[in-house]
Amino acid sequence: MGKLMAMSDVAAKENQVSDAQSEAIRVTDLHKSFGALEVLKGVSLTAHKGDVVAIIGGSGSGKSTFLRCINFLETPSSGQIVVNGEEIQMRADGTPVHRKQIERIRTRLGMVFQAFNLWTHRTLLENVIEVPVYVLNVPRAAAIERAKVLLDRVGLGDKADTFPSFLSGGQQQRAAIARALAVDPSVMLFDEPTSALDPELVGEVLTVIRDLAAEGRTMLLVTHEMKFAREVATHVVYLFEGRIEEQGPPAELFGNPKSARLKQFLQTVG
Amino acid sequence: MKTLRALMQPHRIVLIVLFAALVIWCAVSLRWDWIPDYAPLAIEGLWRTIWILVVTCVLGFLLAVPLGLAQAIGPWYLSMPARMFCTVIRGTPLLLQIWLLYYGLGSLFPQIPWIRSSELWPYLRQAWPYAVLALTLSYAGYEGEVMRGAFASVNKGQLEAANAFGMPRFTAFRRIWLPQAIRSVLPTLGGETILQLKATPLVATITVVEIYSVSSRVRSDTFIVYEPLLLLAVFYMLIAGGINLLFRRFEKQVPGV
Repeated sequence: MGKLMAMSDVAAKENQVSDAQSEAIRVTDLHKSFGALEVLKGVSLTAHKGDVVAIIGGSGSGKSTFLRCINFLETPSSGQIVVNGEEIQMRADGTPVHRKQIERIRTRLGMVFQAFNLWTHRTLLENVIEVPVYVLNVPRAAAIERAKVLLDRVGLGDKADTFPSFLSGGQQQRAAIARALAVDPSVMLFDEPTSALDPELVGEVLTVIRDLAAEGRTMLLVTHEMKFAREVATHVVYLFEGRIEEQGPPAELFGNPKSARLKQFLQTVG
Repeated sequence: MKTLRALMQPHRIVLIVLFAALVIWCAVSLRWDWIPDYAPLAIEGLWRTIWILVVTCVLGFLLAVPLGLAQAIGPWYLSMPARMFCTVIRGTPLLLQIWLLYYGLGSLFPQIPWIRSSELWPYLRQAWPYAVLALTLSYAGYEGEVMRGAFASVNKGQLEAANAFGMPRFTAFRRIWLPQAIRSVLPTLGGETILQLKATPLVATITVVEIYSVSSRVRSDTFIVYEPLLLLAVFYMLIAGGINLLFRRFEKQVPGV
């Protein structure tokens, strides 16, 4: 009997290890306050490799802040963040202990912003090779070769030498996705990638993201596109006033919402 | 070709003819016989004006970057001295600064034995180091203020993107923040550089022989007043035009942000 117990212990441990290995991001009890205003009131979330986690919620629900805390664009007030099994060392007030650690982890998280934030003084190609060449020390020729492939892939192969300000919002956002892909990120963070776009340009960006999801990229996606979230996400999280109100597989969450708030939210965003 | 056709309009032709007549009249009826005698000195002076301009603008700008940065994001013990420096430099006449450095420092140094015996003394007893120092500090003071605004005006999202991809702080500064700040103030910097050019004659007052002082020399030697001044004006306009072209070219390399 004792022997059996021990064996199942080992099995459980192995299970845990393999679970930890497949974990891309684990956030535990994340809090964030801006002054007296508490925006995140203890959010926990685990994304495994290959997961597409859609984070939805009304404005002010804390969904963007949550995403930005993961790569420390916002400093969390407290909580635990583990990226690829590496815990980010935080002081009691949430500030990182090692700036170098944050910088290293950030290079593994490709971020796509609502406002694109392509570097306006550089061409698309220069934007895409910037981080590989100047942060990751990839040889320039190799970086250029890869950047061309990526730009081709998002349909901007012929715009490599164009400056961002000459492009439409949809083109800029696709280029921003290519820039994020250039670091071969283990997790991609999308912060409302289509919210700043004209309605007719949303589709082209969603198509690119859909392709990435299909090839099994791990993604955290803050979005207002409910139809899209339902279609590509493997897991949906509904935030309400800084807490996870409900979460689950998209079919369940959208098809049969349990929380009254979520029901109401889904009705209003239609 | 199109521009040539644009010039071929009656009112423009009249103006061109008038201007050509003026130039010809100047060439024919004014006295230019002094030119061969003073040409070597003038070339020397011109060269000195240009290198003083280039050196003081480059050094001044290198100083302006930390001055602007300190004011934009520095802690109080850096931003306050930087702001004071810019205020003092911008609040006092350049001529006064040049004289204070030359007659102040310049007369203090010879009284200090170890400076007199140092290797630098052969330079420090000349006038040009004081001229270069004064013009450098002046450019730094004005451009420090310009760069403060430039750093503050760079879109926050641009730096956020650099941060989000794990760029170390200095790399982000060198690759993103500084180039964008400079780009946004290039037109201002071009204008300020032309102002700097036109401030260089002031160093003639401390015996530095640049192009302006050559024209004074011609006047006092030969009592010819207008011709050297006219030629001087042409020289300054040519240099200013060159500066303009240079900055235009810089601006063209990257489209406006």
